[in-house]
Amino acid sequence: MTLYERRKMKNRIALAASGVAALIGLFWLVAILGTLLVNGVSALSLTLFTESTPAPGNAGGLINAIFGSAVMSLFGILIGTPVGILAGTYLAEYGKSNPLASVVRFINDILLSAPSIIIGLFVYELMVVPMGHFSAWAGTVALSLIVIPVVLRTTEDMLNLVPDSLREAAAGLGAPKWQVVSHVVYRAARSGIVTGILLSVARVSGETAPLLFTALNNQFWSTDMNAPMANLPVVIFQFALSPYEDWRNLAWAGALLITVTILVLNIAARLLTARPSARQ
Amino acid sequence: MSQQAESMALSAEIQQRIQRQRMLDRAFRAVTMFFALLVLVILGAIIISLVEGSLPALKKFGWNFLTTERWNPVTEVFGARAPIYGTLMTSAIAMIVGIPVSFGIAIFLTELAPEWLKRPMGTAIELLAGIPSIIYGIWGLFVFAPFLQRNIQPLLIAVFEDVPVLNTFFAGPPYGIGILTAGLILGIMVLPFITSVTRDVFETVPALLKESAYGLGATTWEVVWQIVIPYTRVGLVGGIMLGLGRALGETMAVTFVIGNAHRISPSILAPGTTISASIANEFTEAVGDIYTSALVALGLLLFVITFTVLAMAKIMLIRMQRNAGTRT
Repeated sequence: MTLYERRKMKNRIALAASGVAALIGLFWLVAILGTLLVNGVSALSLTLFTESTPAPGNAGGLINAIFGSAVMSLFGILIGTPVGILAGTYLAEYGKSNPLASVVRFINDILLSAPSIIIGLFVYELMVVPMGHFSAWAGTVALSLIVIPVVLRTTEDMLNLVPDSLREAAAGLGAPKWQVVSHVVYRAARSGIVTGILLSVARVSGETAPLLFTALNNQFWSTDMNAPMANLPVVIFQFALSPYEDWRNLAWAGALLITVTILVLNIAARLLTARPSARQ
Repeated sequence: MSQQAESMALSAEIQQRIQRQRMLDRAFRAVTMFFALLVLVILGAIIISLVEGSLPALKKFGWNFLTTERWNPVTEVFGARAPIYGTLMTSAIAMIVGIPVSFGIAIFLTELAPEWLKRPMGTAIELLAGIPSIIYGIWGLFVFAPFLQRNIQPLLIAVFEDVPVLNTFFAGPPYGIGILTAGLILGIMVLPFITSVTRDVFETVPALLKESAYGLGATTWEVVWQIVIPYTRVGLVGGIMLGLGRALGETMAVTFVIGNAHRISPSILAPGTTISASIANEFTEAVGDIYTSALVALGLLLFVITFTVLAMAKIMLIRMQRNAGTRT
């Protein structure tokens, strides 16, 4: 074999390998979603949305867990989003090159990837220990701590995409900075900021580790934010590891619900950011 | 005369308005800065609460906490050696299988894929990152682990039976769950993170450089291997570290498939535990201050490890960005 042939051969092998790698990546996505569909769809039924989690051996649903997840995610987002947006505003509008902003940016990026179980431990020490019991509020705070870095990061990125000429035009008309930001920059970046919020909802609705020892779980319907509250991820965790067939089926149904929700949110977020850039 | 008075009154009013807007401006800046500072406060509070919570255990065991393998809730002797080993081992396996595949996907996405395929393919890989860790866990426990137990692990045991050294790594029985299974699932989970950084840094390579190499007659692979990878080295390491940070701290997926056994087995087919899995499994059941405190100490340890790894990743990626502007 000549050197030329050898090089061509090597090239072909390497490129084929990278194609195979891409297929492997896709394969896992298909395999996981496929399993979820097969096991989850057969476990779906209307009682999921009408009954609470059952005792072993009984029929039941997931409504208390769905409710708990929705409520805690909602409050988590309500607390975390304003913090994230305002902090992101500081970084983008006032902190292009000051050391404080650089530090905040650095730390935020680390919090973004930090293990979520640490957040669970932190909120346990912060709220559960002083209060003396697990509670939905503790779960909410834990989730909001996960929301903040996501929203902060996307807000900063999106505000940076707003052209400075818009800011200068507004300032030239005599608008003070706070009006420039709130009336012009926020509006221009609105779809991007909403994307960040959607992504954080997606992130939060599947988080299990931070809820394990904050909200804990509750077998019954409960709307008391000061008491432990059922939530989908923890129910899935407990039911999937149980020896009872009914519970495992419910776990699969819950897993399917969560995953479909998250994928829909992810795709919606993508469409939202894709459209304006396509128009430009 | 009256006109002058009027204009003076007007300018006084304007002055007042300007004053008010200036104040609002300062207030706006102060509020946003307050929330930016809150991020640092959160980090500080996390560190303080973890240190405080782990003090009883650290006082009792001292440095032995890191080196003791025993983990006995009854006699209240706790050592972090087995979870540390499990965390490092599963992450190492994840990196061994995850890095080549991620690089392959990134090369495919940047150099090979036709334009129409790039976006959907990239999105599909990123969706892997959106799937919550508990879904990986339940899938791992009911689908992946039984598959490994039936098909892959007996094969590994048979193949390496007579190979010295390696046969202790792959010593029997095939449990299905264990260090290897957890490591492989982590390997899948880090794919989207490493791939997305890798793809981004690959795209920073100036077309001029690549075209020069092509012009000299280099094959696509030679361009990737000799131009793209050397040019993006720092960024690639950053991406790998980012993936490593994720793998080290990953909790739920690992908790499902690791087996939660506080011991160090030479075989990677055996059950073990990781720092995060120990906390997730035992924290709500922990009775007694020392037990709880030992688990918080594990959390502190995990935080220090992941913080260091992620900080290094970040520094490398920042350096990469800076260089991208100056080098040609």
